[in-house]
Amino acid sequence: MKLLLKGGFVVDPVRESIEKQDLLVEGGKITGLAPKISIEDAEVFNVTGCYVCPGFIDLHCHLREPGEEHKETIATGTRAAAKGGFTAVVCMGNTNPPADNRAVIEFIKKRAAETGVVPVYPVGCATKGRKGEEISEIGDLAEAGAVALSDDGSSVMNSEVYRRVLEYSKMFDLFVISHCEDSNLSADGVINEGLVSTILGLKGIPCAAEEVHVARDIILVELTGARLHIAHVSSGGSIRYIKEAKERGLRVTAEVTPHHLCLTEELVKDFDTNAKVNPPLRTREDVEALRQALKEGVIDVIATDHAPHSREEKEVEFDYAPFGISGLETAVPLLWDKLVHPGVLTPVELVQKLALNPARILGLPERVLAVGKEAAITVIAPDLQKTVDVSSFVSLGKNSPLDGWTLRGWPVLTVVAGKPVMVDSDYFAGQERR
Amino acid sequence: MSSLRGWAKRFFCGILKGENGMRFKRKDILGLQELSAEEIKLILDTAAPMKEILKREIKKLPTLRGRSVVTLFYEPSTRTRNSFELAAKYMGADTVNVTVATSSVQKGENLKDTAKTIQMMGIDVIVIRHSAAGAPHMLARMVEARVINAGDGAHEHPTQALLDMFTIREKKGDFKGLQVAILGDITHSRVARSNIWGLTKMGAEVRVVGPATLMPPYISELGVKVFYRCEEALEGVDVINVLRIQRERQRKGLFPSIREYSRLFGLNEARLRYAKPDVLVLHPGPVNRGVEISPQVQDGPHSAINEQVTNGVAVRMALLYLLLSGGESGEITS
Amino acid sequence: MPLREKAQIMDADGIRRALTRIAHEILERNKGVKDLALIGIRTRGVPLAQRIAAKIEEIEGVPVPLGILDITLYRDDLSRLDYHPVLHKTEVPFDITDKKVVLVDDVLYTGRTVRAALDALMDLGRPRVVQLAVLVDRGHRELPIRADYVGKNVPTSRREVISVNLREVDGIDKVVIEEPGE
Repeated sequence: MKLLLKGGFVVDPVRESIEKQDLLVEGGKITGLAPKISIEDAEVFNVTGCYVCPGFIDLHCHLREPGEEHKETIATGTRAAAKGGFTAVVCMGNTNPPADNRAVIEFIKKRAAETGVVPVYPVGCATKGRKGEEISEIGDLAEAGAVALSDDGSSVMNSEVYRRVLEYSKMFDLFVISHCEDSNLSADGVINEGLVSTILGLKGIPCAAEEVHVARDIILVELTGARLHIAHVSSGGSIRYIKEAKERGLRVTAEVTPHHLCLTEELVKDFDTNAKVNPPLRTREDVEALRQALKEGVIDVIATDHAPHSREEKEVEFDYAPFGISGLETAVPLLWDKLVHPGVLTPVELVQKLALNPARILGLPERVLAVGKEAAITVIAPDLQKTVDVSSFVSLGKNSPLDGWTLRGWPVLTVVAGKPVMVDSDYFAGQERR
Repeated sequence: MSSLRGWAKRFFCGILKGENGMRFKRKDILGLQELSAEEIKLILDTAAPMKEILKREIKKLPTLRGRSVVTLFYEPSTRTRNSFELAAKYMGADTVNVTVATSSVQKGENLKDTAKTIQMMGIDVIVIRHSAAGAPHMLARMVEARVINAGDGAHEHPTQALLDMFTIREKKGDFKGLQVAILGDITHSRVARSNIWGLTKMGAEVRVVGPATLMPPYISELGVKVFYRCEEALEGVDVINVLRIQRERQRKGLFPSIREYSRLFGLNEARLRYAKPDVLVLHPGPVNRGVEISPQVQDGPHSAINEQVTNGVAVRMALLYLLLSGGESGEITS
Repeated sequence: MPLREKAQIMDADGIRRALTRIAHEILERNKGVKDLALIGIRTRGVPLAQRIAAKIEEIEGVPVPLGILDITLYRDDLSRLDYHPVLHKTEVPFDITDKKVVLVDDVLYTGRTVRAALDALMDLGRPRVVQLAVLVDRGHRELPIRADYVGKNVPTSRREVISVNLREVDGIDKVVIEEPGE
C-alpha cells in the first residue's frame, strides 16, 4: 500500500520548521519527502493547506477494558483516538481488575493487538490493588510491557510507600506517573474550591490538594533520583514547584489536559455533570498560568485524560456523578481553536506537546517525519469548522461538556504504520470538488 | 471573576407588567440567585393576603382546585414538607408525599426514573428536597411540571429565604439599608445563600459571621461583610438570622466542640445587646435549644421564630398561586 | 383595540342620587340597620360601599360595619388568564355570621364575579342573608344571579363596555358606554 500526501505543510518539531512538501508512505515507512512527488499507483490525499504532523501520542487515557466495557473498550477507545488524530495511546491501569499484575498488562496488549487500531501502551499500577499500601510486582509489570507506573485516579498517600515505588522503578528504568491529589484535602470535593463552589454549595477541591502532592513528589524525586511525570496539572500554583525542580535538574516532566487549558469552573454553573472532572476545572487565572507554563516548556505534554463514562452514570445528581471527560475526539480541535488560532501556541509547539515530547518520555524513536521513519502521521485541516456532536462520538463515553461547540481545526487523516486508520472522507471529497 | 458577577444578571427578568396585573413567567422556583428584586417583591406582596387567609376559620380556597402537588423529599424534613402540604391544601390542590423511607428512592430508583414516573402521573408541581445541590435543576430540565426547590444540599432554599424576608418586611417595613447578620455555619447553609441573594437584591446590607472553618471562600464576592467575632458582627444590626448548627460538622472536625461553638457563637442575651434595641431574631428551625441560641433569646420578645412558621405557609401559598395561575392558554376571558 | 366613548349614562349627580336611593331601599328592606353590614368587592365596589354606608349613617345616625372583599383567589378563570391579577387583602374586620350582608359592586354583567364573591363570603362565615347592590346592571347573565338594588339598568350589547369611573379611584364620577373603535 502506497499513500501520497500532496501539498501539505509538513511540521518538523525537532528543527522547529514547517515546509510545504509531498510525503510518500510505502510499506509502513516514509519513503519520500520532497517538494513534488509524482507516482502512479499510490492512494493520493490532497492535503493542501493542511498541517502534516508526526503522529500524536496521547500520554494519558482510560480505555476501561478490562472490567468497565460499558464505558469504553480497547476497540472503541483506540478508534476514538484515531478519529481524534492520535496514532498511539498510553492507557492507565485503574481498570477492574487493576493492572497491578502481569496478567492484566498482557490482556491489554493482547486485546489491543486483536481489536485496537492504534498502538496501546499500558501503564501498570504502582501499588497492589491501587491501595497505596504495598508496591506492586514492578519487575513483572515491566517484563510484561508496562511503560510506566501509576495509581492514577488516586494518589499514593503514604509517602514512605511512594518513596519505595520511586526507588524500585529505577531498576527497570520505568517512569512513574503521579496523580497529584491529597485525598484528605480533596475529600468529598466535586468542583474547584472557589467562588463557584461557594455559590453552588458544592464541596470544593482546593488547588492546595494538588500542590501539596506536587511538592511532596518532587521532594521524593530528589530523595530517590527516580523519573517522575506529573499528570494533569490543573493549578497555576503547581507550576513554580515543577519549574524549580526542572531548573535543579531533577528528572521531572509534566502534562496538562486540553480541558484544563481551555475551560474554566464556570462550566459547572448549571450543574453540568459532563464538566465534572478530576482535577476540577479551575479559574481563568489558572488557565493563563498553565498556558504560560506550556509555552515556556515547564509543562512538556498535552494529554487528554480521556475518561469515558456511560450516559446513565453521568445523568445523576452532580454529587453522585463520576469524574471525567471523554476527550480523545475533541482534544485536537479544542486545542487548535483555542490555542493555535489565537496564537497562544504555534503549530510546531503544539506538535512538540502532542508528539515529540510524549515519545521522548516514553523512550520511543524521535517523532519526526523523515525518510526511513515509521509512518505515524496526523493531518490537521486548520480551517475546517465543525460542531461537536457527542452522539457521533466513536467513544462509548459521550460525556463531553463541549457538545454543541463549534470548533475550527480538525484532524482529517490519521495514519498508523503506513495505513490510514481515520479518513475524513467528507473533507477529502470536498477537496476534490474544489 | 467579572463574568461571575454578571452571572445573575444574565437571567431575564421574569415579570411582564400588563394592564390587568403582572405575569410571573418562571416555570420553576429554583433559587433566589436568578430572581429579580421585582419578582421577589411580587412574591412577598402576594404572600400578604395569603397570610390573612391563614387567620380565617375556614382556610380553604378553590383557587387550585384540581391541581396536584407532589412533595418529593430525599431528606427528612417534616417541617418544610408539612408547610408545603398545608399551603397546597389551603389553596385547594391535592397533594401526594413521596419520602425516602416509603418510596422507590431507597430501592435504588434514581432521580431520572422518579422524574419520568412523576411526569407520567400528570403532576402540576413538584416540591423537591435533596441533599445534592442542583438536583432540583436536573429535575426541572426533565419534567414539564413546575419545580419548587425546597432545599438542595448547601445550595439554595428559596422558600425559607422568602419567608425570612417576608417576616423581616412585616416587622421592619423595608429592606433598604437594613443591617442583617447571618450567624452560624455559612459553608453548609443553603438558607444563608438564599438569604444573601434575596436580601442584597432588596437593598439590605448583609453580614455573615461564624467560625473560619465554616466560612466558604470568596463569600465576600457576593456583597456581604465577613466577621469571625460575634460581638463585632452584631453591632447595630436590625436582624439576626441564626442558622442551625449540625453536630455532624463537629464530627468532621470543622469545629472542636458544641460547647466551644456555643461559647463563641451562641446567640444569648449578652450578645443581643450589641444589636439595635428592636432587633429581630430569626431561625429557620428546628432549633438546637441552648446551642446556637439560648432559650431566653429563642422565647424572648425579639424572636419571630414561631411566626416564621405561619409566614412559611403564606409564602408557599403565594408561590403556588404565582406558578399555577395564569400563563397557560394566554387567552383572556371577560 | 382602542375603545371610544359612545355615551355617558350617569354623571356625578346621577351616581349620587342612585346611591342615595339604594341606601334608602336597603334600610327599608332590612327595617333599619340592625345586623346590617356592607361589603364592597374590589376595586370599585369598595368606594361605592363606603358612600352607601356614609349615606346610611347620615340617615340613621349609626355607623354600619364595612368590609372589603378581594375575590381574585375565587375566580373561575385564573388558569385561563395570561397575567396574574394582583392580590390584595380581604378586610372584613367583623364576624359576618348571622349578619345581613349587602355585597356592593359597580357593574353586574355575567354574574361570575358575584358567584366568586359569594364563595369568598361563605368562607368567612354564615351570614343570615346576602343581598346584592350594583350601580349598573347591564344584562347578559351567565349564572342565575340577580341584584336586589340597582342604580341603573342599562341594556347593552356584548361588544360594548361599561366603564364606571369613581372619584376615589379615577378622579371623576361618571359612567360611560364604550365600544371598540373603527
